[in-house]
Amino acid sequence: MSYAVKTLSQGNRELIAFRIGDQEFCVNIMYVREIRGWTQATPMPHAPAYMMGVINLRGVVLPIVDLAARLGMRVADPTARHVIIVAQVGSRLVGLLVEAVSDILTITEENIQPVPEISSDLEKQYARGILAIEKRMICLIELDALFPEKESEAA
Amino acid sequence: MDMNEIKEIFFQECEEQLAELESGLLKLNDGDRDPETVNAVFRAVHSIKGGAGAFGLDDLVAFAHVFETTLDCVRSNKLEPGPEVLKVMLKSADVLADLVTASRDGGGVEESRTRTLVKELEALAHGEMPSASHDAPKPAAKPAPAAAPKAEAPKPTDDSGFQPIPFTFDDFGGDEETVIEGSTFEVTFKPRRDLYAKGNEAALLLRDLSRVGEMSINCDTSTLPALDKMDPEGSYFGWTASVKTTKSEEDVRAVFEFAEWDCDLEVKLQEATSSDEELPMIPVPFDLSALDDATDGNLTDEAKASEDDASAAVAAAETASSIARAAGAAARAERKDTAAAAAQNNAAASAAGAGQTIRVDLDRVDRLINLVGELVINQAMLSQSVIENDATGTSAVNMGLEELQQLTREIQDSVMAIRAQPVKPVFQRMSRIVREVADMVGKSIRLVTEGENTEVDKTVIDKLAEPLTHMIRNAVDHGIETPEKREAAGKDPEGTIKLTAKHRSGRILIELQDDGAGINRERVKQKAIDNDLITADANLSDEEIDNLIFAPGFSTADKISDISGRGVGMDVVKRSIQALGGRINISSRPGLGSTFTMSLPLTLAVLDGMVVTVAGQTLVVPLTAIVETLQPEASSIHSFGANQRLISIRNSFCPLVDVGRILNFRATQANPVEGVALLVESEGGGQRALMVDAIQGQRQVVIKSLEANYTHVPGIAAATILGDGRVALILDVDAVVAASRGQSLRAEMSLAATG
Amino acid sequence: MKKKVLTVDDSRTIRNMLLVTLNNAGFETIQAEDGVEGLEVLEGCNPDVIVTDINMPRLDGFGFIEGVRRNEKYRAVPILVLTTESDAEKKNRARQAGATGWIVKPFDPAKLIDAIERVTA
Repeated sequence: MSYAVKTLSQGNRELIAFRIGDQEFCVNIMYVREIRGWTQATPMPHAPAYMMGVINLRGVVLPIVDLAARLGMRVADPTARHVIIVAQVGSRLVGLLVEAVSDILTITEENIQPVPEISSDLEKQYARGILAIEKRMICLIELDALFPEKESEAA
Repeated sequence: MDMNEIKEIFFQECEEQLAELESGLLKLNDGDRDPETVNAVFRAVHSIKGGAGAFGLDDLVAFAHVFETTLDCVRSNKLEPGPEVLKVMLKSADVLADLVTASRDGGGVEESRTRTLVKELEALAHGEMPSASHDAPKPAAKPAPAAAPKAEAPKPTDDSGFQPIPFTFDDFGGDEETVIEGSTFEVTFKPRRDLYAKGNEAALLLRDLSRVGEMSINCDTSTLPALDKMDPEGSYFGWTASVKTTKSEEDVRAVFEFAEWDCDLEVKLQEATSSDEELPMIPVPFDLSALDDATDGNLTDEAKASEDDASAAVAAAETASSIARAAGAAARAERKDTAAAAAQNNAAASAAGAGQTIRVDLDRVDRLINLVGELVINQAMLSQSVIENDATGTSAVNMGLEELQQLTREIQDSVMAIRAQPVKPVFQRMSRIVREVADMVGKSIRLVTEGENTEVDKTVIDKLAEPLTHMIRNAVDHGIETPEKREAAGKDPEGTIKLTAKHRSGRILIELQDDGAGINRERVKQKAIDNDLITADANLSDEEIDNLIFAPGFSTADKISDISGRGVGMDVVKRSIQALGGRINISSRPGLGSTFTMSLPLTLAVLDGMVVTVAGQTLVVPLTAIVETLQPEASSIHSFGANQRLISIRNSFCPLVDVGRILNFRATQANPVEGVALLVESEGGGQRALMVDAIQGQRQVVIKSLEANYTHVPGIAAATILGDGRVALILDVDAVVAASRGQSLRAEMSLAATG
Repeated sequence: MKKKVLTVDDSRTIRNMLLVTLNNAGFETIQAEDGVEGLEVLEGCNPDVIVTDINMPRLDGFGFIEGVRRNEKYRAVPILVLTTESDAEKKNRARQAGATGWIVKPFDPAKLIDAIERVTA
């Protein structure tokens, strides 16, 4: 923890990059608790399409979000190759279904480019910037913006 | 630990003392005259006062003091705790509780309430007390002679004049500088044997005297006998000291406050002019360093000191104390080695004796419960995979697993027992509500409780208070008649409400019984017709009519009452009981009263459920909700209206509810004949048949929160983890039934959340 | 060497206040919850001074003091009575039982320490 804080203050950040379809995204590694393989989720009634259901993570009921669907892309058809990124957003744990984790990146603030103006509202909501690394384009996602805590939780 | 933490402890302790106080008063009210009961009551108030004083909670101190004074009259048999006296005392206990709450959370207590009670309490202490004039504690304490004028007297805490008398040492220390002006006192001090026996020491008293001013001292050793005739514990020395000080005679005497009865003491003001000329004594500087040696308990020094020349004043004082100690000193040295061991033994012994309970942070217990929950699930998963991989079922692994299962279940039960608490605190709260509401509506009502020590999970207890409060208010307000009506009906003008708790078949049964007028069925029925709850020609049994009071929106009170009205009816009570996985019923006999019976699970951590399959998903239905299960036949299914279906069960028709459809697990209704119907009881006494695809079996499941990481899901009460390691959802039967009535599940959800 | 104080009080609040006050003043503190426990603990702890409440369950302060005074080894240990009782009768009884002195609650930490120092060398 203290190490992370230190590196952050020096402008360095560690990010986890992952693939959804043919696009690459990344999140701050500080959010990530663990990465695990896909297991069948128990569907929830009356849930939005991106909510795949819940799984048992060592006794904790963990909701699984199809990140592709949440980002407005095609709903995923999970296979054994898919992985779940278990992320801590605020006081809650959420499992993000992605195709594969591709990289762990160490970047500085200068590596982050602003999101182009052409983006729609949905992208603006979660995209914090764009990284150009080895000719790849990786979109930095802000999980807090994607999964805001409810007002009742904040109280 | 800081003061805030101690304050926190103080308030915790207050809660305990208040409970103790109330239960004691109630015992007295029931005719208990055990002195220990009176003592316990007194002690409770006394303790609250003591702590409150330490934190400067003046209102609390003032009231507790008046209360305590009256209780002391009871304790000393000057006041008979009859019904009228106890009424005042119970009210006072309530006010005391409110004052504690106000001190903790801020806010205040209506002054008029406090003032009225203070007057009543004082009247009891004065008026009805035959010998109030002399030694009984009086609100107006006489000024203590010991209280030095400079003492920082605490503010009088109430207008009765009560004023704690602090013992002050302000005048000691820091005054060692020579006093130039002032008066000179001649102090003659001759300790008696008792002075030493009570742990006082002449040397220390003289040391303190020396701090009052400039002192010269002379020791009178004339009564010292020969060594062989000496009583080692006798007192043979006297001292005459001359103290020059700016302080008063009171201050000088205050030095000897602890000792004044065990010595001959004379304090005389000397004429200032004569003091220098006629000083009869040789001034001896008072050497305090001699005392330091004694503190160390250094045996040789002490022994040497005792052999020193007895004529030196300081040494003599020293000797006097040393002699008293000498006997013990040898023994002390002898036992020194074993002291440590003894201390350990004693600590262990006292821990075993007094330490029958420990205070544990609830979080720790909850964590343990969670872990055991995991253990249970893991054990089930392990068993399942072993069974899947071993068809013979006879292997040693299987046997071991069975034992493991047994053990896990036992661990789970034991852990659950840690959270189990007696319902007593909740029951005690009810007695206050009965008193207050009865007072408000001018009724005379006695609350009788039974089975207060019945234990149930803390979370159940916490959630029980609200519905129970509501029912109690109802019973007092509507159930019990006015004293006039009761007398007219030939009943005891005092009504009785009986609150009982007991265990029955793994659940807790709580009964609330009143001896009031019972349910007015004509009126209830008419009201239900008026509110479109039933049709005018509905043919209902007495029981069904009685249970109409639980129907949403039903209220039997003709006018909204301050007490039990509050815009909520018995439907809310029923809903909160059901939210706890409980059931509630009423039975009533006209003219004789009504009985509410609640049955609740002992814990909210586990649940007995029926595991079912719906649209390929595994769901758990709480067993308590299910009345019976049946296999529908095609002939018993009847279409009704556009898309309703009814199932005929023993000549009555019950709506069929397709759980899969309601939860949106499938787009069209399933064929009932291919599934199983779970007959469940719903609000208002009606029944519904929940259609599921198949029943997998019954089992106890560990309840897991969905809200922790997700959100409340309409139609789903919670989640659990089954033996295959997957999450299964626990059905919220009431929400599903309500949804089937056309109310949307979303709307239902918010209601359930408030219940 | 730290002076050892045995405190006997049934109120957790007061016990803790005594503990904090005495520890801050450099005393070693041993606690007991009532007279019975006080007498049990006494034997092993060898206190320099005892501070006791009067109103306690099981065995009250008077009984406790008498118990201490009957103990050959501890009968000369100074005992301060710590109580809200300020009337003469209570003091009298405490004295008769063998109390060395008393402190009236609510106590001020400085006064408590002063009183203890007053009866100990």
